[in-house]
Amino acid sequence: MPNEAGGNSSGPARPERFWPRTFRISSGSNVTRKTSIMQDVILIEAGRRERHYWIDLWRYRELFRVLAWRDLSVRYKQTVIGVLWALIRPLLTMLVFTIIFGQIARLPADGTAPYPLMVFAGILPWTFFSSGLNEASNSLINNANLISKVYFPRLIVPTATVVVAFVDFLISFFILILMMAWYHFLPGWQILVLPAFILLAFFASVGPALWITALNVKYRDFRYVIPFIVQFGLYVSPVGFSSSVVPEQWRLLYSLNPMVGVIDGFRWCILGGQSKLYLPGLPMSIGVTAFFVWFGIQRFRKMEKSFADLI
Amino acid sequence: MSDAVITVQNLSKRYLLGHRSGEQGYNTFREVITREARNFARKAVHVLQGREVVQGDGVEEFWALKNVSFDVKQGETIGIIGRNGAGKSTLLKVLSRITEPTYGWVSLRGRVASLLEVGTGFHPELTGRENIFLNGAILGMTQREIQKKFDEIVAFAEVERFLDTPVKRYSSGMYVRLAFAVAAHLEPEILIVDEVLSVGDAEFQKKCLGKIDDVSRREGRTILFVSHNMGVITSLCPTAIWLDQGSIRQYGSARGVVANYLAHGMPNKDQIVRLDCIKGAQRSDEDRLRLEKLEWLCSLPLRHGEPVRAQIQFSTRTSVTDLAVGIGFSSLDGTRYLTYETDFQDGFRPAFHSPGTYTVDVEVESLPLAPDIYALDVGCRSGDFHSLAHIPAAIEIEVIAGPNTPGTIIRKNAGVRLASKWVWNQLLEQQQSRMLRA
Repeated sequence: MPNEAGGNSSGPARPERFWPRTFRISSGSNVTRKTSIMQDVILIEAGRRERHYWIDLWRYRELFRVLAWRDLSVRYKQTVIGVLWALIRPLLTMLVFTIIFGQIARLPADGTAPYPLMVFAGILPWTFFSSGLNEASNSLINNANLISKVYFPRLIVPTATVVVAFVDFLISFFILILMMAWYHFLPGWQILVLPAFILLAFFASVGPALWITALNVKYRDFRYVIPFIVQFGLYVSPVGFSSSVVPEQWRLLYSLNPMVGVIDGFRWCILGGQSKLYLPGLPMSIGVTAFFVWFGIQRFRKMEKSFADLI
Repeated sequence: MSDAVITVQNLSKRYLLGHRSGEQGYNTFREVITREARNFARKAVHVLQGREVVQGDGVEEFWALKNVSFDVKQGETIGIIGRNGAGKSTLLKVLSRITEPTYGWVSLRGRVASLLEVGTGFHPELTGRENIFLNGAILGMTQREIQKKFDEIVAFAEVERFLDTPVKRYSSGMYVRLAFAVAAHLEPEILIVDEVLSVGDAEFQKKCLGKIDDVSRREGRTILFVSHNMGVITSLCPTAIWLDQGSIRQYGSARGVVANYLAHGMPNKDQIVRLDCIKGAQRSDEDRLRLEKLEWLCSLPLRHGEPVRAQIQFSTRTSVTDLAVGIGFSSLDGTRYLTYETDFQDGFRPAFHSPGTYTVDVEVESLPLAPDIYALDVGCRSGDFHSLAHIPAAIEIEVIAGPNTPGTIIRKNAGVRLASKWVWNQLLEQQQSRMLRA
């Protein structure tokens, strides 16, 4: 095969600059866009790292929106109770956990908060995390026909599916509001910090999901790993109980599980400080989440070029 | 800098194929276990080294593209021809950034849209209206663009009445029309089209070709176009590229290239044709049915006027109902001459409820095709509309003169020669009497 393949000594010169969106800061510090003859030149080459990966991603934001909308509108098609599924699942889980951990095992609640409310405040982020992780991990395989026939930044597919999980999350959040009204429980100022923890839950599911979905394209074994992680994680994370039941000396280690920080944060926000935030653990959870996001994106980018050949 | 919109230099693409060697050699359970264990160990080592893992115990390199270089100027329409597995689809995939080349580079100037399949991303549960927006976004149109062209798309597809019906209830004709209509209204500077027009009815095909022609002539777009239909290539494209085993065999005026291509018919002489090995050709519902092989039960080459017997083997993954299998003979430029189908005579279409491998035998008493080289198409469908698998031009097959073929038969343009009944009458006497009266 080609001995001097890749060498481009003969033939036309390869264009040096791509994506003419270079910005030059002039003396008045106003940014002017350089006009270039090489309008939107795309160079395809082996092993080339997209220099404008994130700009490209931004240009495809519309596709992101459309794919999320597709997944949402298809989700409950041909089901009888439709959106009610998003309500039933967390409600039943809460019921079972309240009975098992609260009634039978008699674990303590946080402060004066009602046990069911505390459980639900844990189930909310957990369901968001687990369904996000689950769906994003299978997303590339489920969209195999797109991957093998059209170009777009592949990162769009797994992240768009997390949006579906987020909508389910919003629906179940509505139950939480009803439950708080039922228990006459008023949240404190802490509720304002909640969006930060939602974001943390989002990143906690996206990071590992990116890695697993990329691996899944190559080795379908990982399809079977996810249900296991999710099932296992449900009991390892403080969903049915408060993380205060964990002995003090183990709590820092326990916070290595990124969902511990997320769930504790949710409880702290929703239960208005009834649940104490374990401060040394929070940076730990954030750190682990950040690592997984970095690692996931890195692995994903490394593998995404070969998705179409492997899927 | 030259004014080339597309520059391709030394483009090469390698695939690694895994295959099981000497499968017959492993008969006992112990042998199977040791082989699996060895494979597992090899895969584990490859995973740890970060290398590509290939199924099977032998690894073979396959160069789908080898040192392909060419330039395309703005506004040109270029046809790409070649046999199955020549690298046409791989080339288009590399150009559309779906897959990465192994060596070489490509530069593309302008917005690229590729149409490698009709209706990519169509969701069966969504309505026609919703799918227009979905498909448009997938092909790279903005919502505003789609909104602006929405009425035009609907009118082109002729599906006004079914806009709010889920596309899973569409007939395959409507589905294809809608899908193509969206794609036809793309406005990229470079359009890459794989053989998507082989589906759909003739009238709509003509309309689509007209649209493509229009786009290239009036709006100065650059189009790369793959087709097996040589008639389409010569009428749409002034220039053509002939790909052969991953390399460019000829690049020049379409008429010359097509004539050369057709003159180099390479009839397949294998008694058994592996249909599942024809790379990238099977357009199918692979989750449901896969064509595996075709075996000639008569001697090759086929003879005009003599019997033809063949067996087609396929495997099903799920339950398949209303199944019909067919083979067709086309000229090398893509015009179908002859079709044989299982359900033609009695309309009988079996159902297979358990997944498995099945065969169906066909026997033709007397092959009516005149001596020439033909392309053999193989297909399977469920019911009248739903295609399960279709391999156009799977192989080229030669038909030679049989014992009863008249010696003066002309090789080209002979078409189909069938037995028919002729009655000879003598009219001479009548004419004489008329002449006498006059």
